[in-house]
This record gives sequence, C-alpha cells and structure tokens, in this order.
Amino acid sequence: MGKETSASAGIVLSGLAKSYGPVKAVRGIDLTITPGETVALLGPNGAGKSTTIDMILGLAQPNAGRVTVFGMPPATAVASGRIGGMLQTGSLVEYLTVRELVEMVASMYPHPLDVHQVLEATGTSAFAGQRTTGLSGGQTQRVRFALALVANPDLLVLDEPTAALDVEARRDFWSSMRSVAQRGKTVLFATHYLEEADAYADRIVLMARGRVIADGPSTEIKAKVGGRTIRATLPGVDGSALEALPGVTAVDRRGEAVVLSCGDSDAALRALLATYPVARDIEVRGAGLEEAFIQLVGDDEEMEEVEGS
Amino acid sequence: MTAGNVAVATGDTKMNNATYVRYEILRTFRNRRFLIFSLGFPVVLLLTIGGANQHKLIGSIPFPLYYMTGMAGFGTMMAIISSGARISSERQVGWTRQLRITPLRTRVYFEAKVLCGYLMALLTLVVMYAVGSALGVRLDARQWLVMTLLILVALVPFAVLGILAGHLLKPDSMGPAIGGVVTLFALLGGSWGPLSTGKTYVDIVRLLPSYWLAQASRVAFGGSEWPPVEAWIVIAVWTGVLVRLAVRVYRRDTARV
Ligand SMILES: Nc1ncnc2c1ncn2[C@@H]1O[C@H](COP(=O)(O)OP(=O)(O)OP(=O)(O)O)[C@@H](O)[C@H]1O
Ligand SMILES: [Mg+2]
Repeated sequence: MGKETSASAGIVLSGLAKSYGPVKAVRGIDLTITPGETVALLGPNGAGKSTTIDMILGLAQPNAGRVTVFGMPPATAVASGRIGGMLQTGSLVEYLTVRELVEMVASMYPHPLDVHQVLEATGTSAFAGQRTTGLSGGQTQRVRFALALVANPDLLVLDEPTAALDVEARRDFWSSMRSVAQRGKTVLFATHYLEEADAYADRIVLMARGRVIADGPSTEIKAKVGGRTIRATLPGVDGSALEALPGVTAVDRRGEAVVLSCGDSDAALRALLATYPVARDIEVRGAGLEEAFIQLVGDDEEMEEVEGS
Repeated sequence: MTAGNVAVATGDTKMNNATYVRYEILRTFRNRRFLIFSLGFPVVLLLTIGGANQHKLIGSIPFPLYYMTGMAGFGTMMAIISSGARISSERQVGWTRQLRITPLRTRVYFEAKVLCGYLMALLTLVVMYAVGSALGVRLDARQWLVMTLLILVALVPFAVLGILAGHLLKPDSMGPAIGGVVTLFALLGGSWGPLSTGKTYVDIVRLLPSYWLAQASRVAFGGSEWPPVEAWIVIAVWTGVLVRLAVRVYRRDTARV
C-alpha cells in the first residue's frame, strides 16, 4: 500500500511477469500510464501484448510483480465498472440481436452511454436488429467495440481493435476512439502497425519477447524504429559524441563499427562525413518495423547474455 | 457514423441485474433446437410407451401415471443439466472472458443459469403433466403440487452438475456426455422402471440424487419414501461436493480457449 494506491494513479505495472509452462510470455514489465493518456502497445506476434492486457484486466494472474488500475487491483477496478475492454479473440453470444446485446452489456455498468448513440457511433445501427449469429467478421468486430464503448469506462483497453476491419471501418473506429480520448479517458490499445500507433497514440510502448524495449512519445519511437540506420566503421569515437549529431536518435557500437539509428538519415550522414571524414564502409538502410524489432530485440538478447553471465 | 458526442444515458445510473437476467431467459427460450431436444425426447417416450400401455397397471398403479412420473424426473434432469452445460459454448466462443471484464458478478451469472434451468424444468413438467393428463392421469391438486415442489428440490444437485459439466467439457463432447450421464442416473435412480429389489443394490442407489428425484416424482402415488432425512442428506451432500468442484474449475478457467 504505497504511493500507487493514490486515486490519481492510472495503470501501474511493476515487475510484471507471466509464464505459460516453459514459455515466458511476459518477463518483467514496469510501466506507468497516467490517466488521460492514449498509449499504444506495439509489438510483433507473440510479444506478450495480449498477456499484459489480460493481466491488466484481471483475466490472467501474474507469476511475479503486480498491477494496479486507478490504485486498485484489476478485479476491483473491473467490478466498479471503470474498465471497458475489447479482447483480441472472442465472438458474441447467440440468440440476441445486436441492439439487445449492447443493451444487456450497458445494464451492467454504473454510467453507461446511450445505447442508440453508441450504435450510431460504431456504425452498427444498420444491423442493430439482426441476430449476432449471422454477422460478418468486421460487423462482429464493430459490435465488440460497441460493447467496450457503451461501458463508458475511465480506462478503455483494446487488443488489436482494427483486425478484420476494412479501411472505412478503421477510420470510423479511430474517430470514435479519439472522441473517447478527448473526453479525458485513458486508452490502451495493442497493435502491430506503427502507423496506427503513431497516428492515434500519445505514447508508444514497444514490446518484444515479453519485454518493453522502448517507451516514449510516439514521435520519438517512430523516429527510433521507423527511420533509417547508418552503419559505418569508425573506431575510437565516443558514442555520446555520435549521438549528438543531427538526425541521430540512438547509437550502438559493435566492435569497430557503429550503428546510428536516425530520424533524419540525410542530415545525420552529412554531419557524420563532415565531422568524421575517416568513417568508411558506410551503409544506409531503411529500418522497417520488422527490422527495427529485430535490431532492438537483438540488443535485448545481448543484454540478456550479459545479465546471465 | 458520427463519433462526436456520445451522451451518457440519463437516469439509468444504477447497475441492475434484471436486464441481464431477462436477456438470459430470452436467449434460453429463443434457442429452438435446445427446446425441441430437451422437451421432445421425454414427450415422445411418454406418448408412445405410455400410450401403448394406457390401460395396464404396474402393481396397482396405472401405467401412464407411473411412466409420467418417471419421465418427469428424467426430462427435468435433462433440462436442468443441459441448461448449465450451455456455459461450455459460451466459454468456447470467448463470451465468458468478455463477461469477466464487466462488473457483472459471477454469482449473478450462475444464478441466471440456474434460473433458466429451472424455467426449462418447469416447462418440461407442465408438458409432461399435460401429456399425462391426456393419457388419463388424474391426481388431486395437492398431489400435483407436492410432486412438483419435491422434484424442484431434488433437482438442485443436477443444476450444479450442469454448471460443472459446462466448465469441464467442450461443446462437441457435451451431447453424448450429458445423454450418457442422465440416462445412467435415471436408470440407476429408477426413473425408467422399478429397481431390482436386491438389498445391497438398493442400498447403493439410495446414495444417488437421482434415486430421490425419482422418489420425489412418485410421491404422487403414495408408497413413496419421500422425504425422509436421508433424502435431504443425500441431496445436500451431492450439492455441497458439486459446488466445491464447480468453484474450483471456475477459478482456474480464465485461460483463453
Ligand atoms: N494460454 C497460453 N498457453 C500457452 N502459451 C501462451 C498462452 N497465452 C500466450 N501464450 C504464449 O505467450 C507468448 C505471448 O503471447 P501473447 O498472446 O501475449 O502475444 P501478443 O503480443 O498478443 O501476440 P499477437 O500479436 O500475435 O496477438 C506467446 O509465445 C504465446 O504462445
Ligand atoms: Mg495478442
């Protein structure tokens, strides 16, 4: 019962870990999300995003560490109706119409939104009278979003909410979500797409192999993983001096070589050549998200080896 | 799609379970396949076998009366177990996980399931009684009432058994599993016909809740041993054990399916 129990706390994860048998799904996450933030959990398949979300929602019990949501254990926060969630998998219960289902879920919360307006906002009113059984994948996904939205929660947790949505539905989805964020609610969503994370989140938490490998404002993370890398052989130069070059966001020394992650690789390259004419074997590469992951995860593994030895 | 300002519903700022329970009941009775199968089987048996032996006697008891009470026990057992067992498909599609992240209390979820099971059981009884009456069964009001109440009590452990099955089994194995268990329970309990009179055999089946369910329905033609203290004990013990098991499987059931 420390500072985390104060009512102003948002979501606090400390030393959170979860294994499934031999699989270490989440291996020690520390993360604080303040109320009102919109945070993207970005990471490749199997990164541990859903496992983390399950623990925040109280669906999975951590093996180590703890989670508090608004200063409460997840189960208490869920019971008080302050969390609304959309899980990655799951379909709808049968023998109800879309409207009935949304009404049913609305009735469980202390301050639900108006059902009719939620149906409008989620683009589900066109088939609100239809039974849940016959819906298409994208329609089902919209209804699932409506169920999370109608709860009018202080924290909205969405696990890959736009999977199965077409382009138009995606746009609609994000505009609804924005209006939630504008009402001062906290939003946490998981995604594979850097563009989505960058466009709709204030902050990106990058996950891979059960760890947080980067965390910061969207622009910063985008520069880190969405930019290019310059690789050069440049012995004997201090890393922090290189980091000070314009356009460089991170420096990684590998023996005689350095790898510069760049937000603006053109500026960085000009500055590099101007400052260190001895630099040779220069390669400039586009670091796609996958590559960025591999690079960052590679670092992560090196760290682990160091830790282990 | 106007995402702009979604208003908070006015007035309705209190969580109420009534809406949830109402929709659960609606869902139960909209599931036609479920209705037809759980009602159809005992009705057909009672109509054909009861009808074919309409004027026969078992001891001094008219065959249709004897058979109606047997099918009432069997049919209600089937109805109430199947009702809880539907949790299995809700788990399979991930609906129970979705419910766990709402403020709906677990107790309410299970109470609604039990309530729906009892409504199905009552419907089964009404249909059985109607078919029985058509076959010439005549009882006085008190007999109908006592029989009905005792059956409802004896069904308690089976309501829990259904919930347990709903957590242990996958929907595709549910049909045969329930069919087998219910038939076995009904057979051993004496719903299908007179039990053999072997002393040890009867001693053993008296430990089954289905024995007392059959006895409950037979209160209608006297000669019943219901309700001795033993009956209440058997029902209470089965219920207690099954509840403990159900709670245990429920607790470890948060995993994604
Ligand atoms: N119930 C489970 N049993 C066994 N292993 C599991 C279970 N849930 C998750 N895992 C494993 O934990 C790891 C992390 O899974 P998780 O679902 O959290 O990843 P994710 O980041 O959500 O991936 P995706 O982007 O594919 O949804 C994976 O290796 C997965 O196989
Ligand atoms: Mg996932």
